[in-house]
Amino acid sequence: MSRCLTERSIDHVVLEQGEVANSWRKERWESLRLLTPNWQSKLPGYSYDGEDPDGYMDLPAIIDFIDGYAKFLSAPVQTDTTVTSVAYKNDRYQLSTNQGNWQSKTVVLASGAFKIPNVPLFNGTLPSSITTITPDQYRSPDQLEEGGVLVVGASATGLQFADEIHRSGRPVTLAIGEHVRMPRVYRGRDIQWWMDAAGVLDERYDEVDNIVRARNVPSPQLVGTPGRLTMDLNSVTDLGVKLIGRFAGISGNRAQFSGSLRNVCSLADLKMGRLLDTIDEWALDNAMDDRVEGSERYPATRVDDAPPLSIDLANGKIRTVIWATGFRPDYSWLDLPVLDRKGQIRHDGGVVDSPGMYVMGLTFLRRRKSSFIHGAGDDARDLSDHLVTYLEECATTSSH
Amino acid sequence: MTTTTEASVDNGVNVEALLEAKAALTEAPEAAKFIWRANCKWVNGTHSNSVVKSFFGLGEEQNHRTEFTFDADHPEVFASEDNGAAPIEYVLVGLASCLTAGIASIAQHRGIQLRSVSATLEGGMDIQGILGIDSEVRNGFDGIKVTYDIDADASRADIEALVAQSQKRSAVFDIVANPTNITVEIK
Repeated sequence: MSRCLTERSIDHVVLEQGEVANSWRKERWESLRLLTPNWQSKLPGYSYDGEDPDGYMDLPAIIDFIDGYAKFLSAPVQTDTTVTSVAYKNDRYQLSTNQGNWQSKTVVLASGAFKIPNVPLFNGTLPSSITTITPDQYRSPDQLEEGGVLVVGASATGLQFADEIHRSGRPVTLAIGEHVRMPRVYRGRDIQWWMDAAGVLDERYDEVDNIVRARNVPSPQLVGTPGRLTMDLNSVTDLGVKLIGRFAGISGNRAQFSGSLRNVCSLADLKMGRLLDTIDEWALDNAMDDRVEGSERYPATRVDDAPPLSIDLANGKIRTVIWATGFRPDYSWLDLPVLDRKGQIRHDGGVVDSPGMYVMGLTFLRRRKSSFIHGAGDDARDLSDHLVTYLEECATTSSH
Repeated sequence: MTTTTEASVDNGVNVEALLEAKAALTEAPEAAKFIWRANCKWVNGTHSNSVVKSFFGLGEEQNHRTEFTFDADHPEVFASEDNGAAPIEYVLVGLASCLTAGIASIAQHRGIQLRSVSATLEGGMDIQGILGIDSEVRNGFDGIKVTYDIDADASRADIEALVAQSQKRSAVFDIVANPTNITVEIK
Protein backbone atom coordinates (compact mmCIF):
# COMPACT_ATOMS: atom_id res chain seq x y z
CA MET A 1 0.00 0.00 0.00
CA SER A 2 2.85 2.36 0.86
CA ARG A 3 4.32 1.76 -2.59
CA CYS A 4 0.98 2.46 -4.31
CA LEU A 5 0.43 5.62 -2.26
CA THR A 6 3.92 6.86 -3.16
CA GLU A 7 3.20 6.21 -6.85
CA ARG A 8 0.05 8.30 -6.48
CA SER A 9 1.95 11.07 -4.63
CA ILE A 10 -0.04 10.61 -1.42
CA ASP A 11 1.84 11.71 1.66
CA HIS A 12 1.65 8.94 4.26
CA VAL A 13 3.29 7.20 7.19
CA VAL A 14 3.44 3.49 8.07
CA LEU A 15 3.08 2.85 11.78
CA GLU A 16 4.70 -0.40 12.90
CA GLN A 17 4.16 -1.83 16.37
CA GLY A 18 7.64 -3.32 16.58
CA GLU A 19 10.12 -3.58 13.73
CA VAL A 20 9.48 -4.37 10.08
CA ALA A 21 8.13 -7.96 9.68
CA ASN A 22 7.36 -7.98 13.39
CA SER A 23 4.86 -10.84 13.53
CA TRP A 24 7.22 -13.04 11.48
CA ARG A 25 9.99 -12.28 13.97
CA LYS A 26 8.01 -12.72 17.18
CA GLU A 27 4.84 -14.72 16.65
CA ARG A 28 5.81 -17.68 14.46
CA TRP A 29 7.38 -21.10 15.00
CA GLU A 30 10.94 -22.04 14.02
CA SER A 31 10.27 -24.56 11.26
CA LEU A 32 7.70 -22.38 9.51
CA ARG A 33 8.04 -21.96 5.77
CA LEU A 34 5.74 -20.06 3.43
CA LEU A 35 2.91 -22.10 1.91
CA THR A 36 3.55 -20.40 -1.42
CA PRO A 37 6.57 -21.09 -3.67
CA ASN A 38 9.30 -18.45 -4.02
CA TRP A 39 8.30 -17.40 -7.53
CA GLN A 40 4.93 -16.40 -6.10
CA SER A 41 6.49 -14.01 -3.54
CA LYS A 42 5.70 -10.88 -5.51
CA LEU A 43 5.00 -7.39 -4.23
CA PRO A 44 4.49 -4.31 -6.41
CA GLY A 45 7.86 -3.63 -8.08
CA TYR A 46 9.63 -6.41 -6.19
CA SER A 47 9.93 -10.16 -6.45
CA TYR A 48 12.04 -13.14 -5.47
CA ASP A 49 15.23 -13.28 -7.54
CA GLY A 50 17.05 -16.21 -5.92
CA GLU A 51 18.10 -19.50 -7.42
CA ASP A 52 15.27 -21.68 -6.12
CA PRO A 53 11.98 -20.35 -7.56
CA ASP A 54 10.18 -23.60 -6.65
CA GLY A 55 11.35 -23.61 -3.01
CA TYR A 56 9.58 -22.16 0.02
CA MET A 57 11.06 -19.38 2.17
CA ASP A 58 11.94 -20.24 5.72
CA LEU A 59 11.46 -17.74 8.54
CA PRO A 60 14.81 -15.86 8.14
CA ALA A 61 14.22 -15.64 4.38
CA ILE A 62 10.71 -14.24 4.86
CA ILE A 63 12.00 -11.61 7.28
CA ASP A 64 14.80 -10.69 4.81
CA PHE A 65 12.29 -10.47 1.98
CA ILE A 66 9.93 -8.10 3.79
CA ASP A 67 12.82 -6.11 5.28
CA GLY A 68 14.33 -5.87 1.80
CA TYR A 69 11.06 -4.54 0.40
CA ALA A 70 10.82 -1.81 3.05
CA LYS A 71 14.41 -0.74 2.24
CA PHE A 72 13.78 -0.96 -1.53
CA LEU A 73 10.78 1.36 -1.18
CA SER A 74 12.44 3.61 1.40
CA ALA A 75 9.00 3.31 2.96
CA PRO A 76 8.19 5.95 5.59
CA VAL A 77 7.99 3.39 8.39
CA GLN A 78 7.89 4.56 11.99
CA THR A 79 8.82 1.55 14.09
CA ASP A 80 8.15 0.78 17.76
CA THR A 81 4.85 2.62 17.49
CA THR A 82 1.80 1.04 19.05
CA VAL A 83 -1.51 2.57 18.01
CA THR A 84 -3.66 2.73 21.12
CA SER A 85 -6.80 4.28 19.60
CA VAL A 86 -8.31 5.47 16.35
CA ALA A 87 -11.33 7.79 16.59
CA TYR A 88 -13.06 10.10 14.12
CA LYS A 89 -13.56 13.75 15.04
CA ASN A 90 -13.74 17.02 13.06
CA ASP A 91 -13.57 15.21 9.70
CA ARG A 92 -10.27 13.61 10.65
CA TYR A 93 -9.12 10.33 12.09
CA GLN A 94 -7.43 10.94 15.43
CA LEU A 95 -4.73 8.37 16.13
CA SER A 96 -3.17 8.01 19.55
CA THR A 97 0.09 6.08 19.80
CA ASN A 98 2.84 5.55 22.34
CA GLN A 99 4.93 7.85 20.13
CA GLY A 100 2.59 10.81 19.86
CA ASN A 101 -0.65 11.54 18.06
CA TRP A 102 -1.56 11.73 14.40
CA GLN A 103 -4.43 13.17 12.40
CA SER A 104 -5.38 12.00 8.94
CA LYS A 105 -8.19 12.03 6.41
CA THR A 106 -7.64 8.39 5.59
CA VAL A 107 -6.46 5.30 7.45
CA VAL A 108 -5.49 1.89 6.07
CA LEU A 109 -5.76 -0.94 8.57
CA ALA A 110 -3.04 -3.47 7.76
CA SER A 111 -2.51 -4.94 11.20
CA GLY A 112 -3.22 -8.47 10.05
CA ALA A 113 -5.94 -11.09 9.97
CA PHE A 114 -4.02 -13.45 12.23
CA LYS A 115 -3.45 -11.46 15.43
CA ILE A 116 -5.44 -13.06 18.25
CA PRO A 117 -5.49 -16.86 18.50
CA ASN A 118 -8.99 -18.35 18.70
CA VAL A 119 -9.39 -20.40 21.85
CA PRO A 120 -12.63 -22.19 22.74
CA LEU A 121 -14.61 -20.91 25.72
CA PHE A 122 -14.07 -24.17 27.60
CA ASN A 123 -10.27 -23.69 27.57
CA GLY A 124 -10.46 -22.61 31.22
CA THR A 125 -12.17 -25.82 32.27
CA LEU A 126 -9.34 -28.17 31.27
CA PRO A 127 -7.70 -30.07 34.18
CA SER A 128 -4.86 -28.06 35.74
CA SER A 129 -2.35 -30.80 34.85
CA ILE A 130 -2.70 -29.81 31.19
CA THR A 131 -0.56 -27.07 29.65
CA THR A 132 -2.35 -25.21 26.88
CA ILE A 133 -0.61 -23.14 24.23
CA THR A 134 -1.54 -21.27 21.07
CA PRO A 135 0.40 -21.18 17.76
CA ASP A 136 1.85 -17.69 18.41
CA GLN A 137 3.48 -19.11 21.58
CA TYR A 138 4.72 -22.30 19.93
CA ARG A 139 8.33 -22.40 18.73
CA SER A 140 9.36 -26.07 18.52
CA PRO A 141 8.56 -29.46 20.09
CA ASP A 142 11.45 -28.97 22.58
CA GLN A 143 9.44 -26.45 24.58
CA LEU A 144 6.74 -29.07 25.29
CA GLU A 145 6.75 -31.50 28.19
CA GLU A 146 7.39 -35.13 27.32
CA GLY A 147 4.16 -37.06 26.90
CA GLY A 148 1.08 -36.91 24.75
CA VAL A 149 -0.07 -33.83 22.90
CA LEU A 150 -3.58 -33.05 21.71
CA VAL A 151 -3.43 -30.77 18.68
CA VAL A 152 -6.81 -29.16 18.04
CA GLY A 153 -7.32 -28.10 14.44
CA ALA A 154 -6.07 -29.71 11.23
CA SER A 155 -5.45 -26.85 8.83
CA ALA A 156 -1.91 -26.04 7.70
CA THR A 157 -0.75 -25.00 11.19
CA GLY A 158 -2.27 -27.86 13.21
CA LEU A 159 -1.17 -30.47 10.69
CA GLN A 160 2.42 -29.19 10.66
CA PHE A 161 2.49 -29.17 14.47
CA ALA A 162 1.10 -32.72 14.59
CA ASP A 163 3.77 -33.89 12.16
CA GLU A 164 6.81 -32.38 13.88
CA ILE A 165 5.63 -32.97 17.45
CA HIS A 166 4.85 -36.64 16.80
CA ARG A 167 8.28 -37.04 15.19
CA SER A 168 9.82 -35.59 18.39
CA GLY A 169 8.55 -38.64 20.31
CA ARG A 170 5.48 -37.02 21.87
CA PRO A 171 2.47 -39.05 20.69
CA VAL A 172 -0.03 -36.74 19.00
CA THR A 173 -3.81 -36.95 18.85
CA LEU A 174 -5.24 -34.61 16.23
CA ALA A 175 -8.81 -33.25 16.59
CA ILE A 176 -10.27 -32.49 13.18
CA GLY A 177 -13.13 -30.27 12.08
CA GLU A 178 -13.73 -28.97 8.58
CA HIS A 179 -10.54 -28.68 6.58
CA VAL A 180 -9.26 -28.16 3.05
CA ARG A 181 -7.13 -30.91 1.52
CA MET A 182 -4.91 -30.51 -1.55
CA PRO A 183 -1.71 -32.07 -2.91
CA ARG A 184 1.46 -29.95 -2.80
CA VAL A 185 2.39 -30.88 -6.35
CA TYR A 186 -0.18 -31.88 -8.98
CA ARG A 187 0.71 -33.14 -12.44
CA GLY A 188 4.29 -32.05 -11.83
CA ARG A 189 3.51 -28.45 -10.86
CA ASP A 190 2.93 -26.71 -7.54
CA ILE A 191 -0.78 -26.58 -6.68
CA GLN A 192 -0.36 -22.81 -6.29
CA TRP A 193 0.81 -22.64 -9.92
CA TRP A 194 -2.40 -24.34 -11.06
CA MET A 195 -4.66 -22.20 -8.90
CA ASP A 196 -2.85 -19.09 -10.12
CA ALA A 197 -2.98 -20.13 -13.79
CA ALA A 198 -6.60 -21.31 -13.69
CA GLY A 199 -7.68 -18.00 -12.16
CA VAL A 200 -8.84 -19.55 -8.86
CA LEU A 201 -6.66 -17.17 -6.81
CA ASP A 202 -7.92 -14.13 -8.73
CA GLU A 203 -11.59 -14.90 -8.11
CA ARG A 204 -13.17 -11.72 -6.82
CA TYR A 205 -15.22 -11.19 -3.68
CA ASP A 206 -18.15 -9.83 -5.70
CA GLU A 207 -18.14 -12.82 -8.06
CA VAL A 208 -18.36 -15.79 -5.68
CA ASP A 209 -21.86 -16.94 -4.80
CA ASN A 210 -21.41 -16.82 -1.02
CA ILE A 211 -18.65 -14.50 0.19
CA VAL A 212 -19.37 -15.14 3.88
CA ARG A 213 -18.75 -18.85 3.35
CA ALA A 214 -15.72 -18.19 1.12
CA ARG A 215 -14.15 -15.99 3.81
CA ASN A 216 -14.63 -18.72 6.42
CA VAL A 217 -12.96 -21.51 4.43
CA PRO A 218 -10.02 -22.80 6.49
CA SER A 219 -6.49 -22.44 5.10
CA PRO A 220 -5.48 -25.42 2.96
CA GLN A 221 -3.46 -28.29 4.40
CA LEU A 222 -0.18 -27.34 2.77
CA VAL A 223 3.41 -27.29 3.92
CA GLY A 224 6.51 -25.88 2.25
CA THR A 225 9.35 -28.40 2.40
CA PRO A 226 12.50 -28.75 0.30
CA GLY A 227 11.11 -32.09 -0.94
CA ARG A 228 7.77 -30.47 -1.94
CA LEU A 229 5.99 -33.09 0.16
CA THR A 230 2.24 -33.39 0.50
CA MET A 231 1.10 -33.34 4.10
CA ASP A 232 -2.41 -34.57 4.76
CA LEU A 233 -4.29 -36.66 7.29
CA ASN A 234 -3.12 -39.87 5.62
CA SER A 235 0.54 -38.80 5.87
CA VAL A 236 0.29 -38.05 9.60
CA THR A 237 -1.65 -41.30 10.13
CA ASP A 238 1.31 -43.11 8.55
CA LEU A 239 3.53 -41.53 11.23
CA GLY A 240 1.24 -42.83 13.98
CA VAL A 241 -0.79 -39.68 14.75
CA LYS A 242 -4.30 -40.59 15.99
CA LEU A 243 -7.18 -38.84 14.24
CA ILE A 244 -10.32 -37.91 16.18
CA GLY A 245 -13.35 -35.69 15.63
CA ARG A 246 -13.74 -31.98 16.27
CA PHE A 247 -13.17 -30.97 19.91
CA ALA A 248 -16.76 -30.56 21.06
CA GLY A 249 -16.60 -29.89 24.79
CA ILE A 250 -15.46 -30.87 28.26
CA SER A 251 -17.39 -32.99 30.71
CA GLY A 252 -15.59 -33.34 34.04
CA ASN A 253 -12.06 -34.38 33.12
CA ARG A 254 -13.09 -35.83 29.79
CA ALA A 255 -12.65 -34.04 26.50
CA GLN A 256 -15.48 -34.86 24.11
CA PHE A 257 -15.12 -35.15 20.37
CA SER A 258 -17.65 -35.06 17.57
CA GLY A 259 -18.77 -38.16 15.72
CA SER A 260 -18.60 -36.19 12.47
CA LEU A 261 -14.98 -37.10 11.60
CA ARG A 262 -15.96 -39.33 8.68
CA ASN A 263 -18.11 -36.62 7.14
CA VAL A 264 -15.60 -33.76 7.49
CA CYS A 265 -13.05 -36.02 5.78
CA SER A 266 -15.55 -36.84 2.99
CA LEU A 267 -16.31 -33.14 2.53
CA ALA A 268 -12.58 -32.39 2.17
CA ASP A 269 -11.92 -35.33 -0.19
CA LEU A 270 -14.86 -34.31 -2.41
CA LYS A 271 -13.81 -30.65 -2.41
CA MET A 272 -10.27 -31.63 -3.42
CA GLY A 273 -11.76 -33.75 -6.21
CA ARG A 274 -13.67 -30.73 -7.52
CA LEU A 275 -10.53 -28.55 -7.42
CA LEU A 276 -8.57 -31.17 -9.38
CA ASP A 277 -11.47 -31.47 -11.88
CA THR A 278 -11.31 -27.69 -12.39
CA ILE A 279 -7.55 -27.90 -12.94
CA ASP A 280 -7.87 -30.81 -15.39
CA GLU A 281 -10.53 -28.95 -17.37
CA TRP A 282 -8.37 -25.84 -17.45
CA ALA A 283 -5.37 -27.87 -18.62
CA LEU A 284 -7.44 -29.40 -21.41
CA ASP A 285 -8.93 -26.05 -22.51
CA ASN A 286 -5.53 -24.38 -22.51
CA ALA A 287 -3.62 -27.03 -24.45
CA MET A 288 -1.60 -27.91 -21.34
CA ASP A 289 -2.85 -31.47 -21.13
CA ASP A 290 0.02 -33.02 -23.12
CA ARG A 291 2.70 -30.79 -21.65
CA VAL A 292 2.28 -31.88 -18.03
CA GLU A 293 2.11 -35.19 -16.21
CA GLY A 294 -1.11 -37.21 -16.33
CA SER A 295 -4.18 -36.55 -14.26
CA GLU A 296 -4.21 -38.19 -10.82
CA ARG A 297 -6.68 -38.84 -8.00
CA TYR A 298 -5.62 -39.57 -4.42
CA PRO A 299 -6.76 -42.20 -1.92
CA ALA A 300 -9.65 -41.17 0.32
CA THR A 301 -8.75 -40.06 3.84
CA ARG A 302 -8.46 -43.11 6.06
CA VAL A 303 -10.62 -42.94 9.17
CA ASP A 304 -10.82 -45.63 11.86
CA ASP A 305 -14.15 -47.43 12.16
CA ALA A 306 -14.75 -46.08 15.63
CA PRO A 307 -12.45 -43.18 16.59
CA PRO A 308 -12.74 -42.35 20.31
CA LEU A 309 -15.46 -39.85 21.24
CA SER A 310 -13.89 -38.82 24.53
CA ILE A 311 -10.45 -38.78 26.15
CA ASP A 312 -9.55 -38.61 29.84
CA LEU A 313 -7.38 -35.51 30.22
CA ALA A 314 -6.56 -36.19 33.86
CA ASN A 315 -4.85 -39.58 33.52
CA GLY A 316 -1.50 -38.04 32.54
CA LYS A 317 -1.36 -39.47 29.03
CA ILE A 318 -1.98 -36.06 27.46
CA ARG A 319 0.22 -33.29 28.87
CA THR A 320 -0.32 -30.48 26.39
CA VAL A 321 -3.21 -29.13 24.37
CA ILE A 322 -2.40 -26.86 21.41
CA TRP A 323 -5.22 -24.73 20.05
CA ALA A 324 -4.50 -24.51 16.33
CA THR A 325 -8.02 -23.22 15.85
CA GLY A 326 -7.30 -20.13 13.80
CA PHE A 327 -6.74 -16.46 14.46
CA ARG A 328 -8.77 -13.31 14.27
CA PRO A 329 -7.80 -9.66 13.80
CA ASP A 330 -7.35 -7.33 16.77
CA TYR A 331 -9.59 -4.26 16.57
CA SER A 332 -9.53 -3.44 20.29
CA TRP A 333 -7.94 -0.05 19.50
CA LEU A 334 -10.64 1.03 17.03
CA ASP A 335 -12.99 3.56 18.65
CA LEU A 336 -15.35 3.49 15.69
CA PRO A 337 -18.70 1.81 15.08
CA VAL A 338 -17.40 -0.36 12.24
CA LEU A 339 -17.69 -3.86 13.71
CA ASP A 340 -20.64 -6.19 13.15
CA ARG A 341 -22.28 -8.24 15.90
CA LYS A 342 -19.68 -10.98 15.39
CA GLY A 343 -16.85 -8.49 15.95
CA GLN A 344 -15.78 -8.48 12.30
CA ILE A 345 -15.10 -5.28 10.45
CA ARG A 346 -17.83 -4.15 8.03
CA HIS A 347 -16.26 -3.52 4.64
CA ASP A 348 -16.97 -3.81 0.95
CA GLY A 349 -13.87 -5.37 -0.60
CA GLY A 350 -11.61 -3.50 1.82
CA VAL A 351 -13.53 -0.20 1.78
CA VAL A 352 -14.54 0.07 5.43
CA ASP A 353 -17.94 1.38 6.47
CA SER A 354 -16.37 4.66 7.66
CA PRO A 355 -15.31 7.45 5.24
CA GLY A 356 -11.69 7.18 4.10
CA MET A 357 -10.94 4.00 6.02
CA TYR A 358 -9.60 0.86 4.35
CA VAL A 359 -8.56 -2.60 5.50
CA MET A 360 -6.10 -5.02 3.91
CA GLY A 361 -4.82 -8.56 4.30
CA LEU A 362 -8.05 -10.19 5.45
CA THR A 363 -9.08 -13.56 4.07
CA PHE A 364 -10.73 -13.12 0.64
CA LEU A 365 -10.86 -9.34 1.17
CA ARG A 366 -11.15 -8.65 -2.58
CA ARG A 367 -9.76 -11.83 -4.08
CA ARG A 368 -9.10 -15.39 -2.99
CA LYS A 369 -5.39 -14.49 -2.74
CA SER A 370 -5.97 -11.39 -0.56
CA SER A 371 -4.39 -12.81 2.60
CA PHE A 372 -1.25 -14.02 0.78
CA ILE A 373 1.88 -11.92 0.17
CA HIS A 374 1.26 -11.98 -3.59
CA GLY A 375 -2.35 -10.95 -3.05
CA ALA A 376 -1.45 -7.59 -1.51
CA GLY A 377 -0.42 -5.89 -4.77
CA ASP A 378 -3.73 -6.03 -6.65
CA ASP A 379 -5.72 -5.11 -3.54
CA ALA A 380 -3.38 -2.18 -2.77
CA ARG A 381 -3.74 -0.86 -6.33
CA ASP A 382 -7.55 -1.04 -6.19
CA LEU A 383 -7.84 0.45 -2.72
CA SER A 384 -5.27 3.21 -3.28
CA ASP A 385 -7.26 4.24 -6.39
CA HIS A 386 -10.37 4.40 -4.24
CA LEU A 387 -8.47 6.37 -1.60
CA VAL A 388 -7.22 8.94 -4.16
CA THR A 389 -10.78 9.42 -5.47
CA TYR A 390 -12.01 9.88 -1.92
CA LEU A 391 -9.39 12.56 -1.19
CA GLU A 392 -10.28 14.36 -4.44
CA GLU A 393 -13.96 14.32 -3.46
CA CYS A 394 -13.04 15.72 -0.03
CA ALA A 395 -11.09 18.52 -1.71
CA THR A 396 -14.01 19.34 -4.05
CA THR A 397 -16.54 19.38 -1.21
CA SER A 398 -14.46 21.58 1.06
CA SER A 399 -13.77 24.11 -1.72
CA HIS A 400 -17.52 24.81 -2.09
CA MET B 1 -21.28 -25.78 -7.94
CA THR B 2 -24.56 -24.73 -9.52
CA THR B 3 -26.53 -22.33 -7.39
CA THR B 4 -29.23 -21.26 -9.78
CA THR B 5 -32.33 -23.40 -9.60
CA GLU B 6 -33.05 -24.96 -12.96
CA ALA B 7 -36.66 -24.48 -13.94
CA SER B 8 -36.94 -28.14 -14.95
CA VAL B 9 -35.83 -29.47 -11.57
CA ASP B 10 -38.63 -30.08 -9.11
CA ASN B 11 -38.04 -31.99 -5.89
CA GLY B 12 -41.01 -30.30 -4.27
CA VAL B 13 -38.79 -27.96 -2.25
CA ASN B 14 -39.46 -24.21 -2.30
CA VAL B 15 -35.83 -23.08 -2.36
CA GLU B 16 -36.72 -19.46 -3.12
CA ALA B 17 -38.74 -19.25 0.10
CA LEU B 18 -35.86 -20.82 2.06
CA LEU B 19 -33.33 -18.40 0.56
CA GLU B 20 -35.61 -15.43 1.32
CA ALA B 21 -35.96 -16.67 4.90
CA LYS B 22 -32.17 -17.02 5.16
CA ALA B 23 -31.67 -13.45 3.93
CA ALA B 24 -34.34 -12.11 6.31
CA LEU B 25 -32.92 -13.99 9.32
CA THR B 26 -29.37 -12.81 8.55
CA GLU B 27 -30.70 -9.28 9.09
CA ALA B 28 -32.79 -10.24 12.15
CA PRO B 29 -30.94 -13.07 13.94
CA GLU B 30 -33.26 -12.89 16.98
CA ALA B 31 -36.11 -14.29 14.87
CA ALA B 32 -33.94 -17.33 14.11
CA LYS B 33 -34.31 -18.61 17.67
CA PHE B 34 -36.70 -21.57 17.73
CA ILE B 35 -37.94 -23.79 20.55
CA TRP B 36 -39.18 -27.26 19.65
CA ARG B 37 -41.51 -29.14 22.00
CA ALA B 38 -42.96 -32.54 22.67
CA ASN B 39 -45.37 -33.68 25.37
CA CYS B 40 -45.33 -37.25 26.60
CA LYS B 41 -47.87 -39.22 28.69
CA TRP B 42 -47.30 -42.62 30.22
CA VAL B 43 -49.97 -45.09 29.13
CA ASN B 44 -49.06 -48.39 30.78
CA GLY B 45 -45.97 -50.55 31.17
CA THR B 46 -43.30 -49.24 28.81
CA HIS B 47 -45.96 -47.78 26.51
CA SER B 48 -46.17 -43.98 26.26
CA ASN B 49 -47.89 -41.55 23.92
CA SER B 50 -46.21 -38.34 22.78
CA VAL B 51 -47.75 -35.37 21.05
CA VAL B 52 -46.23 -32.51 19.08
CA LYS B 53 -48.32 -29.48 18.19
CA SER B 54 -46.83 -26.10 19.09
CA PHE B 55 -43.39 -24.62 18.69
CA PHE B 56 -41.86 -21.16 18.96
CA GLY B 57 -40.09 -19.43 16.08
CA LEU B 58 -39.84 -16.24 14.02
CA GLY B 59 -40.53 -14.33 17.22
CA GLU B 60 -43.91 -15.89 18.04
CA GLU B 61 -45.84 -19.02 18.93
CA GLN B 62 -46.47 -21.34 15.97
CA ASN B 63 -48.52 -24.48 15.43
CA HIS B 64 -48.29 -27.49 13.18
CA ARG B 65 -51.29 -27.81 10.83
CA THR B 66 -52.50 -30.70 12.97
CA GLU B 67 -51.42 -32.47 16.14
CA PHE B 68 -49.10 -35.44 15.53
CA THR B 69 -49.03 -38.35 17.96
CA PHE B 70 -46.44 -41.07 18.48
CA ASP B 71 -46.80 -44.30 20.41
CA ALA B 72 -43.58 -45.63 21.82
CA ASP B 73 -43.05 -48.98 23.50
CA HIS B 74 -40.58 -51.83 23.44
CA PRO B 75 -40.78 -55.12 21.51
CA GLU B 76 -41.98 -58.35 23.03
CA VAL B 77 -38.44 -59.67 23.56
CA PHE B 78 -38.21 -56.98 26.25
CA ALA B 79 -41.36 -58.45 27.82
CA SER B 80 -43.30 -55.45 26.57
CA GLU B 81 -46.52 -55.21 24.54
CA ASP B 82 -44.98 -53.59 21.48
CA ASN B 83 -47.56 -50.83 21.07
CA GLY B 84 -45.16 -48.67 19.09
CA ALA B 85 -41.60 -48.18 17.88
CA ALA B 86 -38.88 -48.26 20.53
CA PRO B 87 -37.63 -44.79 21.60
CA ILE B 88 -34.20 -45.55 20.17
CA GLU B 89 -35.84 -46.30 16.81
CA TYR B 90 -37.37 -42.81 16.89
CA VAL B 91 -33.81 -41.49 17.05
CA LEU B 92 -33.05 -43.38 13.82
CA VAL B 93 -36.28 -42.04 12.30
CA GLY B 94 -35.29 -38.50 13.30
CA LEU B 95 -31.80 -38.84 11.82
CA ALA B 96 -33.06 -40.45 8.59
CA SER B 97 -35.79 -37.90 7.99
CA CYS B 98 -33.50 -34.96 8.79
CA LEU B 99 -30.76 -36.13 6.40
CA THR B 100 -33.31 -36.98 3.69
CA ALA B 101 -35.01 -33.57 3.93
CA GLY B 102 -31.58 -32.00 3.63
CA ILE B 103 -30.74 -34.07 0.55
CA ALA B 104 -33.95 -32.94 -1.19
CA SER B 105 -33.42 -29.27 -0.32
CA ILE B 106 -29.75 -29.17 -1.29
CA ALA B 107 -30.48 -31.10 -4.51
CA GLN B 108 -33.14 -28.53 -5.43
CA HIS B 109 -30.72 -25.70 -4.65
CA ARG B 110 -28.00 -27.31 -6.78
CA GLY B 111 -30.37 -28.06 -9.67
CA ILE B 112 -30.26 -31.85 -9.23
CA GLN B 113 -33.47 -33.76 -10.05
CA LEU B 114 -34.05 -36.64 -7.65
CA ARG B 115 -35.95 -39.72 -8.85
CA SER B 116 -35.72 -41.83 -5.73
CA VAL B 117 -33.99 -41.60 -2.38
CA SER B 118 -34.06 -44.35 0.20
CA ALA B 119 -32.03 -44.86 3.32
CA THR B 120 -31.37 -47.85 5.52
CA LEU B 121 -30.26 -47.12 9.08
CA GLU B 122 -28.68 -49.46 11.56
CA GLY B 123 -27.66 -48.53 15.07
CA GLY B 124 -25.63 -51.07 17.00
CA MET B 125 -26.26 -51.35 20.71
CA ASP B 126 -25.06 -53.66 23.47
CA ILE B 127 -27.96 -53.86 25.94
CA GLN B 128 -25.60 -54.87 28.75
CA GLY B 129 -25.39 -51.10 29.20
CA ILE B 130 -29.07 -50.33 29.81
CA LEU B 131 -29.49 -53.52 31.84
CA GLY B 132 -26.64 -52.50 34.13
CA ILE B 133 -24.72 -55.71 33.50
CA ASP B 134 -21.47 -54.01 32.54
CA SER B 135 -20.85 -50.39 33.54
CA GLU B 136 -18.18 -50.04 30.86
CA VAL B 137 -20.77 -50.58 28.13
CA ARG B 138 -22.44 -47.42 26.95
CA ASN B 139 -26.26 -47.18 27.12
CA GLY B 140 -26.66 -45.72 23.67
CA PHE B 141 -25.63 -46.70 20.19
CA ASP B 142 -22.03 -47.81 19.70
CA GLY B 143 -22.35 -46.44 16.17
CA ILE B 144 -24.91 -45.67 13.50
CA LYS B 145 -24.63 -46.72 9.87
CA VAL B 146 -26.74 -44.92 7.27
CA THR B 147 -26.81 -46.32 3.72
CA TYR B 148 -28.40 -44.22 0.99
CA ASP B 149 -29.65 -45.50 -2.36
CA ILE B 150 -30.15 -42.45 -4.58
CA ASP B 151 -31.31 -42.25 -8.18
CA ALA B 152 -30.77 -38.73 -9.53
CA ASP B 153 -29.66 -36.77 -12.58
CA ALA B 154 -26.16 -36.27 -11.24
CA SER B 155 -22.70 -37.83 -11.16
CA ARG B 156 -21.59 -40.11 -8.35
CA ALA B 157 -19.35 -37.30 -7.02
CA ASP B 158 -22.24 -34.81 -7.05
CA ILE B 159 -24.46 -37.26 -5.16
CA GLU B 160 -21.68 -37.87 -2.61
CA ALA B 161 -21.31 -34.09 -2.18
CA LEU B 162 -25.08 -33.80 -1.68
CA VAL B 163 -25.06 -36.42 1.07
CA ALA B 164 -21.98 -34.88 2.74
CA GLN B 165 -23.49 -31.38 2.70
CA SER B 166 -26.74 -32.73 4.14
CA GLN B 167 -24.80 -34.16 7.11
CA LYS B 168 -22.97 -30.87 7.54
CA ARG B 169 -26.25 -28.94 7.79
CA SER B 170 -28.37 -31.50 9.67
CA ALA B 171 -29.73 -30.65 13.13
CA VAL B 172 -30.26 -34.27 14.15
CA PHE B 173 -26.85 -35.35 12.84
CA ASP B 174 -25.34 -32.62 15.03
CA ILE B 175 -27.40 -33.67 18.07
CA VAL B 176 -26.38 -37.29 17.72
CA ALA B 177 -22.73 -36.62 16.85
CA ASN B 178 -22.05 -33.94 19.47
CA PRO B 179 -22.67 -33.59 23.19
CA THR B 180 -25.79 -31.69 24.28
CA ASN B 181 -26.58 -30.48 27.79
CA ILE B 182 -29.81 -31.96 29.10
CA THR B 183 -31.69 -30.68 32.14
CA VAL B 184 -34.42 -32.92 33.55
CA GLU B 185 -36.53 -31.38 36.33
CA ILE B 186 -39.59 -32.36 38.33
CA LYS B 187 -42.43 -29.87 38.67
